[in-house]
Amino acid sequence: MALSLTRAAPALTLLALLGPVTAGLAGTLAPAFGLMPALGGTEVSLEPFRALFGWPGLPRAVGLSLFTGLAATLVSLALTVLICAGWQGTRAFTALERALSPLLSVPHAAAAFGLAFLIAPSGWIARLLAMPLGWDRPPDILILQDPFGLSLIAGLVVKEMPFLLLMTLAALPALRPAQSLATAQALGYGRVTAWFKVILPRLYPQIRLPVYAVLAFSVSVVDVAMILGPGTPPPLAVQVLKWMNDPDLAMRFRAAAGALLLLALTVAGLLLWRGGEIALSRLSARWLTAGGRGHGEGPLRALGLGFGALSAALVLLGLIGLAIWSVAGLWRFPEMLPQGWTLRSWMRHGPEMLALFGRTLLIAAMSSGIAMILTTACLEAEQRHGLRPGTRALWLLYLPLLVPQIAFLPGLQVAGLLSGLDGTLAAVIAVHVVFVLPYAFLSLSDPYRALDPRYAAVAHALGRGPSATFWRVRLPLLLRPCLTAAAVSAAVSVGQYLPTLFIGGGRVPTLTTEALALASGGDRRIIGVTALAQTGAAFLPFALALLIPALAWRNRRGMRHG
Amino acid sequence: MIRRSMRNWLPLGLAAALTITPPTLALAEAEPADWEAVLAEAEGQTVYWNAWGGAENVNAFIDWIGDLAQDEYGVTLEHVKLSDTAEAVSRVLAEKTAGKDAGGAIDLIWINGENFAAMKRQGLLFGPWSEDLPNWQLTDPSANAALTADFTVPTEGLESPWGMAQLVFYHDTTRLPEPPRSMAALADWAAQNPGRFTYPQPPDFLGSTFLKQALIEVTPDAAALSQPVDEADYAAATAPLWDWLDALTPNLWRQGKAYPQNAQRMIQLMADSEIDIGFEFNPNAASNAIANFQLPDTVRSFVLEGGSLGNASFVAIPYNANAKAGAMVIANLLLSPQAQARMASPDELGFGTVLAMGRLSDDQVRLFDEIPVGIATLTPEELGPTLPEPHPSWMEKLEEDWTARYGVAP
Repeated sequence: MALSLTRAAPALTLLALLGPVTAGLAGTLAPAFGLMPALGGTEVSLEPFRALFGWPGLPRAVGLSLFTGLAATLVSLALTVLICAGWQGTRAFTALERALSPLLSVPHAAAAFGLAFLIAPSGWIARLLAMPLGWDRPPDILILQDPFGLSLIAGLVVKEMPFLLLMTLAALPALRPAQSLATAQALGYGRVTAWFKVILPRLYPQIRLPVYAVLAFSVSVVDVAMILGPGTPPPLAVQVLKWMNDPDLAMRFRAAAGALLLLALTVAGLLLWRGGEIALSRLSARWLTAGGRGHGEGPLRALGLGFGALSAALVLLGLIGLAIWSVAGLWRFPEMLPQGWTLRSWMRHGPEMLALFGRTLLIAAMSSGIAMILTTACLEAEQRHGLRPGTRALWLLYLPLLVPQIAFLPGLQVAGLLSGLDGTLAAVIAVHVVFVLPYAFLSLSDPYRALDPRYAAVAHALGRGPSATFWRVRLPLLLRPCLTAAAVSAAVSVGQYLPTLFIGGGRVPTLTTEALALASGGDRRIIGVTALAQTGAAFLPFALALLIPALAWRNRRGMRHG
Repeated sequence: MIRRSMRNWLPLGLAAALTITPPTLALAEAEPADWEAVLAEAEGQTVYWNAWGGAENVNAFIDWIGDLAQDEYGVTLEHVKLSDTAEAVSRVLAEKTAGKDAGGAIDLIWINGENFAAMKRQGLLFGPWSEDLPNWQLTDPSANAALTADFTVPTEGLESPWGMAQLVFYHDTTRLPEPPRSMAALADWAAQNPGRFTYPQPPDFLGSTFLKQALIEVTPDAAALSQPVDEADYAAATAPLWDWLDALTPNLWRQGKAYPQNAQRMIQLMADSEIDIGFEFNPNAASNAIANFQLPDTVRSFVLEGGSLGNASFVAIPYNANAKAGAMVIANLLLSPQAQARMASPDELGFGTVLAMGRLSDDQVRLFDEIPVGIATLTPEELGPTLPEPHPSWMEKLEEDWTARYGVAP
């Protein structure tokens, strides 16, 4: 029974996603080639692409998307690796880990707003300088929305680096790094060098998918780019959203063509990255085995810790800034603190958001639960039956991450309407699964596959069947990555705005639909309230993911990472 | 086409669900002209009003309308808060694509201008109905052309007005006691005070409005703007505008290398002392911002000499709305003197009323006389004349050319 269930899991997972994903893709492909009967588009045509390529901002927008996406991913990964290499197992590392993990639950847009308030020419840092320098007006310099997207890259890094760090921490224990490092260091390798030579080559394949996800996300990010990114022209994803929201409905054809181009761009970014991986592994092959013990590691270690701490500090200070804004009265430049304080924003919006807390968490629990069951079942199928061909088709799962949501959703919405489920809680949960599953899969699959198969072999040899092996050996060993994957999934679910609105038809409001609508008024006081409420909702699963292993393994020293 | 191909791709389960779902029966709908029947049908209905949720006072006003509708007509009003009206348009479009021609999820949309023009052109609206509302009699379309022409597009009974808005500028009197009152003076002022003025990036609605306002002032023949753009000499009409913008742009905030995305961002820039002049398409914007602690109480409003652009906010009913009768009841309620007086109060929305005082009873007029004046709100006399909108085709062309000139070259 259990056997056949796991055997069917990959097919079942694909089937569950096939409808939504193909519908979403069709909803992008068809209008990109001129097909959208509801708008009178009944013939295949290349006109949408002609219009797209006729837009004068295109070369720059494309360049920006690619550059900011690749740079944000590279910096996030480099910092993650430097922090782990330089400080893993130290007290500073534990402190940094504690500071960075909660940052995952801060919504991207909230982190971006917080960062913007810190670094803007009229922001907190400038206000600190204003008093001694005697500014009564902020300097007219281009920090936010800079043409090269540097502040956008910073905004992405402060959020993506903690994600990669968490993924790394989830994957590490299975590699048993302490032993390898001890051996390497005993042979005289420096700490960082040892890490790069004996851990990283084995670790990277395990966090490759999360890295790809970060890249795909960064190339196609909209909300952070709207807050921190340039606008003349904006990155392609923002422009696609603008066309999609243009009152002139004919723009939707161009938007669909732009979405396809963005998809191509994401794929191109991934290919470039893959090329970089291959080149780097070739170039480093000699270095890895040449026996250099490494010296001058101090600056590298300082760099990692410094930027890690800076990144945590930026997000935390930004959050504190938003928290103060949420209770601020009048607060003008160059005042460091508001002139007056008021609870009005909380009194007005607190109750309505509190009322939506329960439903938001229910949807998050259901969708991440379903996603986790499907994911573990697929991975078990792979372990037990070697169903690689079935799981290979699972790359389809990642499509929702690669295609920009705004273009993907109209097709999904049509599918929801055709299924008759539209506007129900079930439909909202189902569509969340579509967007949550890729994260569950990419968080869990690598650690799952990397688990030493000898554990299972020993269990079998001791007479245990596959079920007992799964429940009593594999699952406990993988408790931490499983919970991490579930927490990431739940946080992704909590953050879904457009899917909830589009499939819920306004009948299933959540914390996030409410928060984003309220925040669209642009008042930092309201943004502060909504951002804190959203952070709270997403924080709960992360807290559980940290707490449960700590409790479960309180007397299992070897199960604590490091 | 897309519908058929999509059905083919849908998994069997979905297709099966499709065939089992009973077709939604088109209920016998009350004729808008038979108001008693509309009221009878509306009772017990739930109306989903999709409206932008970013304004505190609008949300509170919609709540208040909901309570009134429940008490007086037994209609339940649900405010579906959006971050962009386009989300509602997308929804109706998806429903049409899926063939859901009845029982749609949206009953009422807060709409105007380009969104209305697009939905009307695509046949996505129900009607005509708005001129059959009992309270329509309290308006005077002959005296207020904005009630029947939305951005010059005839409304033809497909949307019902509920509030008047006008382009109004604001300044902080402590930083800028005497603001410039024409586009020419504004450019001169910016030249002396570089970096202290900006406008939302077109095609943002407010940014485009700013371009149109400037065009009306600098173009040699403003009457030509009411013609479709391809019937006028576009190059000659807009040349002075581009000259004016070329001179202004280097003196803008960030030298025109970046622009705020929308009106909300501009208020924030004002609050952060980054700029000295802002504007909004709402005569009460400055008073609202003061009440919300966003701006200091030294901020005041002003308008440009020669009048400013103005138009009406409307509500429309999608062609496939589920509770059309209930939606009409809400639209009629919005036109009631009680609701209009509340809306016009600066403590609530501060929009201008769409009613004609001459058509109201003395008691009803008194409701409006009692409205307090907002701290930074201009009186109707101070607001001055409303300029007619150019034909919508001008806006599209202006936005396109603006983007090519200033929007893609940092």
